Amino acid sequence: MTMEEKLGGSNGEDGGRDRFPIGMRVLAVDDDPICLKVLENLLRKCQYHVTTTNQAITALKMLRENRNRYDLVISDVNMPDMDGFKLLELVGLEMDLPVIMLSAHSDTKLVMKGITHGACDYLLKPVRIEELKNIWQHVVRKKKPDSKDQINASNQDKSRGGTGETGPTSSSSDQKVSKKRKDQSEDEDEEGDDNGHEDPSTQKKSRVVWSVELHRKFVSAVNQLGLEKAVPKKILDLMNVDGLTRENVASHLQKYRLYLKRLSSVATQQANMVAALGSKDPSYLRMGSLDGFGDFRTLTGPGRISSASLSSYQPGGLFGRLNSSAALSLRGISSGVIQSGHSQTLNNPINGFGKIQPAVVPANQNQNGTLFQGIPTSINQLSQNKPTNHFGEFNRCNDPNAFGVATNFQDARVMVGGSSNTLPVSSGNPLLLQSNTQQTQHSGGAFGNQPSSLGVTSLNQEPFDMNVRGSSNFLDHGRCSENWQSAVQLSSFPSNALSASETFSHEQLPSNNLQESISWTSSHLSGSPLDLSSSMANPANLEDSRGNISQVGLNNNVIQNIDYTTKQQWGDSRHDYNGNMNNSFSRGDSLVPASGPMMDQSNVISDKMNDVSLFSQFSGDSTYVVPHLDGEKSAFDTKSRSNDDFLFETKPQNGFNQNSFEPLENIMMSMIKSDQNNETPLMDGEFGFDAYSLGSCI
Amino acid sequence: MLGLAADRLRADMNRLLSFLFHQGILDEQFLQLQQLQDETSPNFVSEVVNIYFHESEKLLRNLRSLLVDREFSDYNKMGIHLNQFMGSSSSIGAKRIRNVCLAFRAASDQNNRAGCLSALEVLEHEYCFLKNKLHELFQIQQQRVLAAGVRYPMQH
Repeated sequence: MTMEEKLGGSNGEDGGRDRFPIGMRVLAVDDDPICLKVLENLLRKCQYHVTTTNQAITALKMLRENRNRYDLVISDVNMPDMDGFKLLELVGLEMDLPVIMLSAHSDTKLVMKGITHGACDYLLKPVRIEELKNIWQHVVRKKKPDSKDQINASNQDKSRGGTGETGPTSSSSDQKVSKKRKDQSEDEDEEGDDNGHEDPSTQKKSRVVWSVELHRKFVSAVNQLGLEKAVPKKILDLMNVDGLTRENVASHLQKYRLYLKRLSSVATQQANMVAALGSKDPSYLRMGSLDGFGDFRTLTGPGRISSASLSSYQPGGLFGRLNSSAALSLRGISSGVIQSGHSQTLNNPINGFGKIQPAVVPANQNQNGTLFQGIPTSINQLSQNKPTNHFGEFNRCNDPNAFGVATNFQDARVMVGGSSNTLPVSSGNPLLLQSNTQQTQHSGGAFGNQPSSLGVTSLNQEPFDMNVRGSSNFLDHGRCSENWQSAVQLSSFPSNALSASETFSHEQLPSNNLQESISWTSSHLSGSPLDLSSSMANPANLEDSRGNISQVGLNNNVIQNIDYTTKQQWGDSRHDYNGNMNNSFSRGDSLVPASGPMMDQSNVISDKMNDVSLFSQFSGDSTYVVPHLDGEKSAFDTKSRSNDDFLFETKPQNGFNQNSFEPLENIMMSMIKSDQNNETPLMDGEFGFDAYSLGSCI
Repeated sequence: MLGLAADRLRADMNRLLSFLFHQGILDEQFLQLQQLQDETSPNFVSEVVNIYFHESEKLLRNLRSLLVDREFSDYNKMGIHLNQFMGSSSSIGAKRIRNVCLAFRAASDQNNRAGCLSALEVLEHEYCFLKNKLHELFQIQQQRVLAAGVRYPMQH
């Protein structure tokens, strides 16, 4: 093993790679600090090498710095600075890394969206370690098309240091793929067998960067051959580019096909919309009047994009078709966009959309990026909104955004910003690069980065793809129309728990004796130093574990907050529980557990009733009052029965809180202060319940 | 007497944990957290849980301020907070809270503000309850640490 490690060469930076999947390098992105921390530790437990960040933008930056530093990316879907799907696409396009999506929401549409955006997998929170133990398969799978066929056989071979192959690749650890890949593939071709295979993890995956130039060649080759007849081998020959492998072309072709498919399906919709809408030619024309470069940079009007880009676009039957549909749709889009500007809450950045073009120009060109920055935040907040969503996605889109725009018309996508990429295909590289440089200096709102990233040759590779994906998404995104009724089946009613807990506390009190109850309180105090010290230790841990998070601010923030929180918590618990209960968010005790004394028998009943009652609550049933704490069984029953009637009513709940709050407080107070068991019956029942049930558990 | 403290504390802790699991307040994910705690991260569980408390209180406050607003209409924005709360709750194994979040989400999907409000109340209640229980748990654990530090001549 060690010998291979040495032979592995470059793997100096992560020694465990030869023992793949051990040491697989994962980048985890999630804005939720809890999930991130848990995920990080779970991944560490799987013996992966983990880097974490809570910002998608940071993740992108890290990935762009060195694509070969990571094998796999795990990303949350809902993030404030960038949509997870967008990140997914960018990573897939630019770095061709496998990306796993993570979400608390298992909505089918979201999962579908993830898949169509190219996710390797879609995991649901909470993530279990068993699932994480298998994620390395995606790395292997991804590597397969890139490496030679022989590789498959010996891929997992842990013993393989991939000496021959990884030698050259590792030495030139930086990308700029083509040369490396050429060497690599040539080597592989010649050697032709297991020796070639590097473990997927060791192979310095030199990813092909689909620059504008490259993509243009590709597209022209495809056009020459005809889309249906285009096969990777022929395309490759036609393109005549060094260092490009058939596999690269094949995967690119696949993406391209997908893009076109989406495009065409949306285009028809667009045509309909356009027809319905009539025309706003003036704006369209106005937008179209800008010269190419101006369009390129300002890109707000779809018309501009289309006119400039389409005209200069390479001819081809395929694109001819697209042109026409796009032109049609563009018209509709411009009108739609303008309309949407009014209807959206994103009005601020998009006010007077028609006028926005000049405004956008400076925004784009300056690095103030106020427009951009304003947009991302609002977008992010409204990420579920279709318009917003589209807007975000549109930003990503490139020129064939003109097509993308068309597609998104339905949801009145606002097209701001993303345009910078518009002319990737049509215009020459210089334009692209120019705009890129401008954008790259952008102060870094999500969208600021995107244009730059798009400008970066790597991204422009798949303008079509991005559009396609973008367009298909908006239809579904943010639509959570499913009923979560099934989710309402709670396993146990809160009331049970609380009453049980009361008893539990009771039980604790007597068993601990008064002294203990006192010591219990005092231990809060004595315990706090410990807790605080441990929380002091926390910052250190946190810092270590989060060392990779570029947001130092967050680190400090979290650490301080933890300290504060800890102190706060202990402080709170020093008072009696009322302190806690009196918190603003403790008013939830409106749902006072009802069935104190009747826990045993009523458990069954309450379990059944709970689902009903709880759901009825959420349906706005105002009259369902949790039975009084003293537990009148009859009252509970009648109320429960009456709940069935109210199951789907939607009455406002006003007095709901009042009634139940008192009893709960009483309980808490009595719990804390009680010397005797003034709730003996409760106690006995509970105690017995606890003892037997818990005893059986232990 | 004190020699039995360790045993009793362990029993207390087990009882509390059993209770929490039995009542569905916590689930296996919490066990997973405990398993992640080892020599390299000795306070992992309490760290994570403290972060959770901090974040959750923020989220709950946000949710409440959104919902009590008379002109509340932005279910999507609320959905984001809710989603995060649900994600973090499920990540630490707070099963019941997560279930309430599901119901909350259902009400939100139907744009049912009253339903959302009542769900929020249950959520706050559940959260409070969980927080108290976890505090107890940590406290017992600390006591155990203290008790373990005490050396007695006779072994139990």
